[in-house]
Amino acid sequence: MAVTSRYTIALAGNPNSGKTTIFNQLTGSHQKVGNWGGVTVEKKEGVARVNGIEYAVIDLPGTYSLSAYSLEEVIARDFIIEGKPDLVVHVVDAGNLERNLYLTTQLIELGAPVVIALNMFDEAQGKGLEVDYDHLSKLLGIPMVPTVGHRGKGIDKLMEAVGKAIDDRGSRSRHLQLPYGREIEDEINEIQHAILGIGGLGDRYSTRWLAVKLLEDDAVVKKRLELRSTDGILAQAMVSRDHIQEMFDDDVETVLTDRRYGFVAGALRETIRMSKEQRQTISDHIDNVLTSRHLGFPVFFLFMWALFQLTFSLGARPQAWIATGITMTSKAAVAVMPPSLLRDLIVDGILGGVGGVLVFLPQILILFLGISVLEDTGYMARAAFIMDKVMHTVGLHGKSFIPLVMGFGCNVPAIMATRTLESRRDRLLTILINPLMSCSARLPVYVLVAGTFFGVAAGHVIFSLYLLGIALAIGVGQIFRRTLFRGDATPFVMELPPYRIPTMQSTLIHMWEKGSIYLKKMGSLILSFSIIIWFLGAFPRHSTSVSTSVHNTSVEQIASTDPTQQVDGAPSYSPSDTYIGRIGHVIEPVLRPLGFDWRMSVALLTGFVAKEVVVSTMGVLYGSNQAENGQAAVKRGLKRSIASPLIAYAFLVFVLLYTPCLATVITIRREAGGWKWAALAVGYELVLAWIMAFVVVRAGHLLGLG
Amino acid sequence: MAIMQSTQNPLDSVPLSTCREGDRVRIKKVKGEGAFKRRLTEMGLLKGAEITIQKYAPLRDPMELVIKGYHLSIRVEEAANVLVQPMSRGWR
Repeated sequence: MAVTSRYTIALAGNPNSGKTTIFNQLTGSHQKVGNWGGVTVEKKEGVARVNGIEYAVIDLPGTYSLSAYSLEEVIARDFIIEGKPDLVVHVVDAGNLERNLYLTTQLIELGAPVVIALNMFDEAQGKGLEVDYDHLSKLLGIPMVPTVGHRGKGIDKLMEAVGKAIDDRGSRSRHLQLPYGREIEDEINEIQHAILGIGGLGDRYSTRWLAVKLLEDDAVVKKRLELRSTDGILAQAMVSRDHIQEMFDDDVETVLTDRRYGFVAGALRETIRMSKEQRQTISDHIDNVLTSRHLGFPVFFLFMWALFQLTFSLGARPQAWIATGITMTSKAAVAVMPPSLLRDLIVDGILGGVGGVLVFLPQILILFLGISVLEDTGYMARAAFIMDKVMHTVGLHGKSFIPLVMGFGCNVPAIMATRTLESRRDRLLTILINPLMSCSARLPVYVLVAGTFFGVAAGHVIFSLYLLGIALAIGVGQIFRRTLFRGDATPFVMELPPYRIPTMQSTLIHMWEKGSIYLKKMGSLILSFSIIIWFLGAFPRHSTSVSTSVHNTSVEQIASTDPTQQVDGAPSYSPSDTYIGRIGHVIEPVLRPLGFDWRMSVALLTGFVAKEVVVSTMGVLYGSNQAENGQAAVKRGLKRSIASPLIAYAFLVFVLLYTPCLATVITIRREAGGWKWAALAVGYELVLAWIMAFVVVRAGHLLGLG
Repeated sequence: MAIMQSTQNPLDSVPLSTCREGDRVRIKKVKGEGAFKRRLTEMGLLKGAEITIQKYAPLRDPMELVIKGYHLSIRVEEAANVLVQPMSRGWR
């Protein structure tokens, strides 16, 4: 028989149980990251080969429970029921058994075949914990294997147990039933009877599980049953719920949860022992410093500063190399190819677009290296703990802080960093307001315009823009919270895991994952849009081919003067009668109340690709074909075009607030899960930008400025 | 299974949010309903469970608890829904 058996195993476990390290150990580099159908929860799959048998490994979202209260829980549960994995490998933190085994009780109830990996077994032993896991295994009816995920210890034994458990399926049923006590069992029986009365239901679900879920009034299960004629079942469930509620004087969910924890406590009482007296652990000592009243904030800001510097200053070097590489390739192409449409397409459209994609990569890799270290050490939860009070006053979660700060560097990696937020509501909110954090690409525009109009006060003007962005982010956040994201805020019930030393493997894998998601899922979109914008700027064709050289020079100039900047994907255009020029003329009436002329309109339009392109567009528009002495010419042109410092300020406010760049829009679409969110972000930013610029102009006039 | 057969006067219980660092308390009742209460109970905040108040964040909110051997943080306003009975006083 040449057939290779192929099984599917699902990894389930609490957050912080080391599930990811086990996944990495099993699958090595054979991983792929996607999303669960239609939603934004990350799905990781991989392949493990053991003794010639291939296992497809699915990493379920880390959850504390399998009730239907969060998307992650519904996904994990549905996969176990509908996806019918051959086996569930349940990763359990051996040092935190009581809470971890709560999830186990729900897996038992689902009737799924399970093998437990008692992970971080060494850490538990270090704490003085003795686990009689053979005995515990018998009490729970589940095979158990001690593992140390990050060292790869116990993985072979684990897979041995997995293979054995798969072979044993069906041969003997060691199906254990979670005892709820006589009163509740009676009610479960009643509901089970009602279920069995209707044929077919029991095929897919265990009837006991269905009965328990109905007792808990599980919305998802009820919805699925409603498709069939199940009125009798639901009525019985209602009666039973009332009954239990009356008997225990507490809601049914709490009573059942209490019984499950009771079962766990009973099993542990017989099987674990603490050999040492519980004292302050090393982790506690570290925590006493890192979250102390006096040092908590200084240490936190130090880490934030370091993360920011690493990402955006260290990242600037490879960024400059990429910019130079693209410029050199462009020059080579120009030298080799005769002037033609094709050459323009390659040089300005494609190479410019590729550059526009690649420049973000170094920052993304470094930022996620940092975030991965913060998460794996356990500090990320402490950062949220420290910052939550501040963030909560503006309606956000403590974990929103890091993505928002990173937004000052670049919104693209910052929006990707919102993945650390568990609640979808918090995450969407943080994504939507992130573009209001003034990213570094906006700085050259500020410097140019403020430098031209405000002289020595330029610094204050620029600082005010940053503050305005923060203030509006808070305001917009409040508005969204009261309109789009009304309803129950998820409680801030967050585990503070022990401090741990991160492993190289998981950190690097995490970093590479983000990089490849960015390149694969977003790169192609950014590239195609860049080409479209190039087309709009290059057509209809002009008799005199312009500014390829200007374009190339400006790339180098930007890369050399301000290394934090991206390569610009500026379309080489001959101003007014290209499509972009025409659109600029068309939208001019909309922008005229703000005091912007068509040139400023065109500059803003091209700034949709990337903010610093506004500068190079102005270079072209204000007639400096020699970029070498361009600055002075641009400044002269700006002074002709912009009537007063007031309008210059309104222009800067507009630049601050409207869509930062194409890549951000595409990142929002990807991370929020749909074009509608991207459209919402673009829409509200444009409206906000217009209104604020208008307010600046009007208020300025009233005050007699301008 | 240890179900508390308490004869304590309910006036003895105080909101968890009023406890001080280092206090050891036992949960008497978790108020509230729906997803909020569900989340708290599934994390182990059940009647009878023992809690040590580990610390408050530098801005006095949220607070850090040790329950069932692990560390959990919870906002002070949420902790007000958890009624507890003090067992021993804190070190601070």
